[in-house]
Amino acid sequence: MKIEKTIKLFINGQFARSESGRTYPVNDNYARVCQASKKDFRNSVDAAKSGEKSWSSKSAYNRSQIIYRMAEMCEGKRDQFVSLFKTTLSASDKKANEMVDEGISSFVYYAGFCDKYSQTIGSVNPVSGPFHNFTTPESVGVVALIDSDEFNFGATVDRICSILVGGNSVIALLGPTLPAVLAPLSEVFATSDLPAGVVNLLTGHLEELAEVIASHREVRSISYQNESKKFYETVREKSVDNMKRIVPNHKELKSLENILSFVEYKTVWHPIGV
Amino acid sequence: MTKKKAQKKTKAKKSKVTKKKKTTKKTSSVKKTVKGLDFVYDPAPESKAVVHIQNKYDHFIAGKFVAPNSGKYMKSINPATEEVLTKHAVGDEKDVDRAVKAARVAYEGVWSKMPAEERGRYLYRIARILQERSREFAVAETLDGGKPIKESRDVDIPLAAAHFFYYAGWADKLEYAFPGKSVRSIGVCGQIIPWNFPLLMAAWKLAPALAAGNCVVLKPAEQTSLTAMLLAEVLQEAELPDGVVNIVTGEGPTGAALVAHPDVNKIAFTGSTDIGKLIAKNVAHTTKKLTLELGGKSANIVYEDAAIDQAVEGVVNGIYFNQGHVCCAGSRLLLEESIAKDFLKKLQKRMKTIRVGDPLDKNTDLGAINHKEQWEKIKTLVDQGKEEGGDFYQAECKLPSKGYFFSPCYFAKQSGSSLISRLEIFGPVLSVSTFRTPDEAITKANDTPYGLAAGIWSEKGSKIHKTANGLKAGVIWANTYNKFDPTSPFGGFFESGYGREGGLHGLLPYLEVK
Repeated sequence: MKIEKTIKLFINGQFARSESGRTYPVNDNYARVCQASKKDFRNSVDAAKSGEKSWSSKSAYNRSQIIYRMAEMCEGKRDQFVSLFKTTLSASDKKANEMVDEGISSFVYYAGFCDKYSQTIGSVNPVSGPFHNFTTPESVGVVALIDSDEFNFGATVDRICSILVGGNSVIALLGPTLPAVLAPLSEVFATSDLPAGVVNLLTGHLEELAEVIASHREVRSISYQNESKKFYETVREKSVDNMKRIVPNHKELKSLENILSFVEYKTVWHPIGV
Repeated sequence: MTKKKAQKKTKAKKSKVTKKKKTTKKTSSVKKTVKGLDFVYDPAPESKAVVHIQNKYDHFIAGKFVAPNSGKYMKSINPATEEVLTKHAVGDEKDVDRAVKAARVAYEGVWSKMPAEERGRYLYRIARILQERSREFAVAETLDGGKPIKESRDVDIPLAAAHFFYYAGWADKLEYAFPGKSVRSIGVCGQIIPWNFPLLMAAWKLAPALAAGNCVVLKPAEQTSLTAMLLAEVLQEAELPDGVVNIVTGEGPTGAALVAHPDVNKIAFTGSTDIGKLIAKNVAHTTKKLTLELGGKSANIVYEDAAIDQAVEGVVNGIYFNQGHVCCAGSRLLLEESIAKDFLKKLQKRMKTIRVGDPLDKNTDLGAINHKEQWEKIKTLVDQGKEEGGDFYQAECKLPSKGYFFSPCYFAKQSGSSLISRLEIFGPVLSVSTFRTPDEAITKANDTPYGLAAGIWSEKGSKIHKTANGLKAGVIWANTYNKFDPTSPFGGFFESGYGREGGLHGLLPYLEVK
């Protein structure tokens, strides 16, 4: 007899049920997933805050290696992803493998950018005075990702990684088409030497969570990739309270622009003299 | 029209409206006793004759000065004398609409089609005219806003010209700004600027917008619109095509009309966080792009190994520069506990030598508070601060009998939750607290919803870098403070707004990057 499982949320490096105790069946009863509550989201923010501290203070080289490790772990779980895509999305074997390839490709792409992106946009500024003056990009903090309604594995990986490169932590609300992808994807993050809390994955309903995501004062930026215009306006308006940076339209995959959407620029002055 | 003709025309107009010159007001002398000897500063007033202020100013739309639709004008007061300086047009929705239409016509018809090199040349021309008329602008700025002439003369005006000069060169080099990407202009930008650095803020906004190929409707602050209107004369003199820059004066509703106008593609605002949030909420329901440069409560951290005398100077410059009307003012002084007592002694001694008074006097360090409401707000907050307790020190200065003046002061030993240590006061009021370790200094410095600037004073390089890394602020001054340059990006984290002004990064808000 088959052993059924409920797919748990991924918060602070641990697999947790929703504190609300709620679950719902997905993909024609393929599995049950947890329905994250507002409290689950707030817990994720706490985790993401401490995760960001440790992640952003790691060397760029180290971040690069950890994201590359995700590509390796994803490759190791290829069969699990392929079987999931075939069963739930009726994808062909070829198509399912291509989807995994896209995800791995984004992991590898962004792994390589960790120790390079700052050289593309950082600058030493030739001020007219005896000062050394330089500008560098750095992390924004906790970023919430509201993912698309349409499932696109490569795009989801791309969206998460583009947030990670700059040293941010992420809380992703996965879309409703294939929330069950949380199971293998969270295992990738859990086994890549990523500090706890840097990536948190939630399943649930946007209509329940949009407001708490947008109004949480410790969330510094939102990657809004959902199709709903109604929630987009809600999110933008509620975000004004702590001036969150809202980043819509992450379309082109594997691009420097995606990384630069989640950085702040810091300029430091120091006198030159004796 | 040739440039010469334009100059002649402006001159002719000027002579017509020249006001009767008043005799220079007698500046009160400041008496100092040093080692038993009495020193008296003689008045050293800058002449007002260089600037010709009209009785009233109209909007500047499509290259011409046009009367406001409402027929209404608002008074502009010289805060150092409380006398009416001039009147500015009050813009309404119709005026704003007219200006936006003019900008759209200029954008579609002229500015976006012009070779980039030519666009740059107009900006170079503006920079040069500003440099040539710099003394006139400095005096006008000081008369209008009450800032010391030495600041308007040495900081505001030269920097404004430098911004135009810097971005002029970008106009035909935009493809090198973001290699591998194609860039294009956005369209019509609505820009709303504050009263603390009137001309400089206009330059920060206009120069990158124009270099990137956009057209602009600018709304200066109602308290300080004078230099914007003089700038309009400069734009005429430079023969900038009609409608590329339009200036509509007025109060809050004028700004709101500009923000709400459907044909504006981008809003750039510098001012208070409260207004910034209102604008962001309004823009949330549109596709307009938005950059905001808002408030701050910036920390100035002094470690025990700092060069103390330099640090004292830096702290004074950090908070009392421009009467403290600086969004990035170092308004929270964090002293390492071991030096706190001695440092405050030295600070008090230094504060006693700050000369408060006639802004036109070349010796004046601290001029007039920009306008009456702000003056009253500062007084109220300081009174509330005194009720909250702690140590209050205010330099004893002889203030002029007229005008909105306020002596530099600080509060020490207040709780971290006190009004003075949390609110952006925008005046010469400093909040002082202490710390024991670099980590505590960083935590305290970051304990604010803002993230605009910070200062670090230490002679130890590694400590400076560690602290700078930990501070959540867009601009960090180490062993210096309040330095600005067109090549250096300026802007904040969190509730201090989004976007940068200055440098390569200052181009980003005015370009579509594909």
